[in-house]
Amino acid sequence: MPEKFDCIVVGAGPAGTACAYELAKAGVNVLLLERGEYPGSKNVMGGVLYRKMMEDIIPEFYKEAPLERPIVEQRFMMMDKESAVTFSYKGLEWGREPYNNFTVLRAKFDQWFAEKAVEQGALLVCETVALECIVENGRVVGVRTDRPDGDVYADVVVLADGVNSLLAKQLGFHREWRPDEVALATMEILKLDKGIIEDRFNLEPGQGCTIELFGDATKGILGTGFLYTNKDTLSIGVGTLLSGLIKHKIKPYELLEYVKNHPMIRPYIQGSEPIEYLAHLIPEGGYHSIPKVAGHGVLVVGDAAQLVNAIHREGSNMAMTSGRLAAETIIMAKEYNDFSESMLDHYRMKLMESFIGQDLKKYKDATHHFDAFPQYFERYIPMMNRAASQMFTVDGASKWEKQKKIWRDFGSTGEKLKLARDVIKAWRVMK
Amino acid sequence: MMKNQTIEEKQYLVRFNADTKSHLHVLDPNICLTKCPDKICTIFCPASVYKWEEIRMHVGYEGCHECGSCRIGCPYENIKWEYPRGGHGIVFRLG
Repeated sequence: MPEKFDCIVVGAGPAGTACAYELAKAGVNVLLLERGEYPGSKNVMGGVLYRKMMEDIIPEFYKEAPLERPIVEQRFMMMDKESAVTFSYKGLEWGREPYNNFTVLRAKFDQWFAEKAVEQGALLVCETVALECIVENGRVVGVRTDRPDGDVYADVVVLADGVNSLLAKQLGFHREWRPDEVALATMEILKLDKGIIEDRFNLEPGQGCTIELFGDATKGILGTGFLYTNKDTLSIGVGTLLSGLIKHKIKPYELLEYVKNHPMIRPYIQGSEPIEYLAHLIPEGGYHSIPKVAGHGVLVVGDAAQLVNAIHREGSNMAMTSGRLAAETIIMAKEYNDFSESMLDHYRMKLMESFIGQDLKKYKDATHHFDAFPQYFERYIPMMNRAASQMFTVDGASKWEKQKKIWRDFGSTGEKLKLARDVIKAWRVMK
Repeated sequence: MMKNQTIEEKQYLVRFNADTKSHLHVLDPNICLTKCPDKICTIFCPASVYKWEEIRMHVGYEGCHECGSCRIGCPYENIKWEYPRGGHGIVFRLG
């Protein structure tokens, strides 16, 4: 490999590949490093890829990319032990162009995306770990890899090295993440016949459905479960803050088994065969955890910069857009031949002006709030289930009597006031 | 009722290209022995890489998913955590 590039991108996930693609397309000489055997081999996602942000990079990608199913229905289940209150939106506009989102299997999708960057002229080198940034006179000038004679140089280095974000940490851009800034997700891919999937999820051939699971899916710990339809597999998983697992001393794979065996979930997956088990961290620190994202000769994108909206399970879209914005900034920096922090800081401004900065700001206190006040998941979701059961069970009691019973179930006057306050507080952190 | 799948059965579904040497190191074994009654890494590690064997922590790095939880979650910051050498470690085929 030549010794010096215009740009080195560390990590061929959605953020890094998006950046490398845009740079290569603009004629920038870019090296894309990936530590795995192939792009995607280290990457895990529940599986929802958003059309808009991908199309900002490759228009009509859905005509050739390896996608699983376009999602036409999104369900939200508030679960108790043997009941659930379900909200759903199904819209056939999501089933045709331009689509809203798709399920994907990352090992397949990431490989395809990286190949597209290579077609644009990026040099992809796999099986290579970036051990550290090479810093000279306070500027990042390259990376040290684990290959023999593995130092490579560039005008600018983009850190797209994922949630662990070791390189930005080494540069002092952030401290080690706390256990309440990351969620540990475990998931399984379950093989199941196409037709059975479509029958069970009420889908026309080729359409997809996502189900998010709250409450008893995580035994009341802050987190969510999910069940997504792929072509002939299902992705089922559960993620909770690492701090929650530590506090409650729960084994993540046992929690996954609990979800799989939950009476509200079991019928969906019955008869399926697990074919892969995966674990990964999700950065869920939100707005307050975003590290320094631009320095002299260096930018941080995607998970490495904590760009995940945990409330709306959006991450891959933020990764792609951050990669694209980093590329735009680098192209501008190249025109001025200025890779200083003040020039590259345009990336941070673009990021904060975009939906990424705006959405993360909107929910800046949400995760912390629900973590600090566990009653939402532990108490109010079961309460919601009991209220629905009471109201919809026809047993001769009048509806007024039923409303009284539900009201009594809300607890003492003090508890009712607390509930009212909690509803207002929840509104404040979500609005 | 489906039979609960054990972690060993789950791990059997995963492809690993294990390196010959570990990328995970307990820095001070004495801390696990004397200061850490919970040995919480043996609970939250999603691959059950960490196993307490009477007086020492056994680290089955070959089955590591490289998630990073142990580095972040160890209450004594007692785990040195690196990526396996390029091309080694876990190889996800699907998700």
